[in-house]
Amino acid sequence: MGLRFLQAAAVNSLIALGLTLWGRSSFGSNFVYSQLIGLSIWALIDFGRLWLIDDWDTQWHRLVILVPVGVAAGYVLGTLAGDGLHGRPVLAHWLAQPRHSLGMLAMSLVVGAVVTHYFLSRERLASARQRELAARGLATESRLKLLETQLEPHMLFNTLANLRALIGIDPARSQQMLDHLIAYLRATLQASRAATHPLRAEFDRVRDYLELMSIRMGPRLSFALQLPAELEDEPVPTLLLQPLVENSVLHGLEGRIAGGHVDVSARREGSDVVLEVTDTGSGLGAAGEQAAEGFGLAQTRERLATLYGAAARVELGPGATGGARAMARFPARS
Amino acid sequence: MPAPPTALIAEDEPLLAAALQAELASAWPELRVLATVGDGASAVEQALALLPDVLFFDVRMPALSGLDAAAALADDWPPSRPFPALVFVTAYDEYALRAFDSQAVDYVLKPVQPARLRKTVERVRELLAARAPGSADLDATLSQLRRLIEATTQSPAGGETPLQVIQAGTGAGIRMVPVADVVYFEAADKYVRVLTEAHEYLIRTPLRELLPRLDPAVFWQVHRGTVVRATAIETVVRDDSGRLGIVLRGRPEKLPVSRLYAHLFKAM
Repeated sequence: MGLRFLQAAAVNSLIALGLTLWGRSSFGSNFVYSQLIGLSIWALIDFGRLWLIDDWDTQWHRLVILVPVGVAAGYVLGTLAGDGLHGRPVLAHWLAQPRHSLGMLAMSLVVGAVVTHYFLSRERLASARQRELAARGLATESRLKLLETQLEPHMLFNTLANLRALIGIDPARSQQMLDHLIAYLRATLQASRAATHPLRAEFDRVRDYLELMSIRMGPRLSFALQLPAELEDEPVPTLLLQPLVENSVLHGLEGRIAGGHVDVSARREGSDVVLEVTDTGSGLGAAGEQAAEGFGLAQTRERLATLYGAAARVELGPGATGGARAMARFPARS
Repeated sequence: MPAPPTALIAEDEPLLAAALQAELASAWPELRVLATVGDGASAVEQALALLPDVLFFDVRMPALSGLDAAAALADDWPPSRPFPALVFVTAYDEYALRAFDSQAVDYVLKPVQPARLRKTVERVRELLAARAPGSADLDATLSQLRRLIEATTQSPAGGETPLQVIQAGTGAGIRMVPVADVVYFEAADKYVRVLTEAHEYLIRTPLRELLPRLDPAVFWQVHRGTVVRATAIETVVRDDSGRLGIVLRGRPEKLPVSRLYAHLFKAM
């Protein structure tokens, strides 16, 4: 506001200078009138817009009224103030030289419109930049959140502890475990970049995770993956199944002394691909249900919705033989 | 010559249990590991059966966490025997680590580093040596455990108003039960039983999530799975074995008080 006031005053001074060079009256008189008229116009338009325009995108056309009314009213106000200041009869100039006064009014209209346009386009640019920054911040935040859940420190350090133990006992198996860990970490870090990958790759990542967990949990975890050959190349959002499988292991099995079994399968149903994660864990009571309905499921749902809209569905329910069953359905590519 | 010290390991990941035992064999050769168990409930059971000198408890275990297992053990521990030295084992638990540090509780991080384990072993040996035979340092352990459990139970967002009604699902809809009518809450498997003078309801919110939403001046936790409205308590009596039990107003059951919470009941 203060900056715009100074800029308006500068424009007014230039006008006064121009008028003087043009040979109209003294610079002093021109300067006083210019500032009084120009600043009145500025104040009417700048405050008027705060009052009239709340939402820029839908109400910008109100300017079409505001600018001419502001200019005309400001012109009259400024002239009256100038006349009063100089002790001249009110509007004497208007009566004496109506053509010249109309010309000055027209010039004020043009200057008012140009200056308003200048101020507002600068402001819009700044707010667009701010919006863009906010959007970028949001995207970064969700990427970080994904990374954080994937690279959960408890999971990471327990896995490393197992690896450290395994190196001493079974070097060959510890190498396998390390390979799974490397693939898991690589997939996690890349997931935030690539939007989709083939279903085959998704199953490989799920296998990495389950292999790691079954080394950790020993006989308490068993699993089976079933991917028909014709669906191997079907594109899916990266790490789509991962949160569902993690829910099964962490909320379904890990809390149970006996552990359990996880099945991950893909099948074709009509024009849809159906992915299913079932477990024989503790099911959807109490804490399990709330936890499972949390970030993991919401994430899967959101990622499918961005790609397929209403054509995709994610459901969580009780499994046929106890435990839980998560299902994702979306249209096949071919 | 004194008997060699004995230990119990509770760790749900078999490789890690074996690794800890192997590291202990070199850091503390005379220590005898009596048993290795994979869950919190078995840890309590085996510790009571074997009465070891040292406990190595994983913090996250199925059925009962390491902390809860230690608390349950303290409850049933024979008062004539010194309580075992406790060492917690954890991969990464932000809250727990902070609490362990502030309560000077021994812990080792996974993967277990031999140097760190040796230091812990040194401290535990000093602790065992300082322990007079037969003396009950149970009270110190209890208050330490109590503070640990308090510190690791995440408190709710500050200034939240306490719960006014319990919304219990019935077959047909929702039953609104005023909190003031509740005599006590009791954890039961996947549910929490809500008991008023005349009725019983089941809700699915776990007790540990419910607890922070209750006014602590009104509802007291008296056991791991029991929270009682203080004004519904008629008398607290000690039985032959020295255990406290609560007699309620308006309900016939007698509720046991855990040793962990026995400090709540003192004559003014």
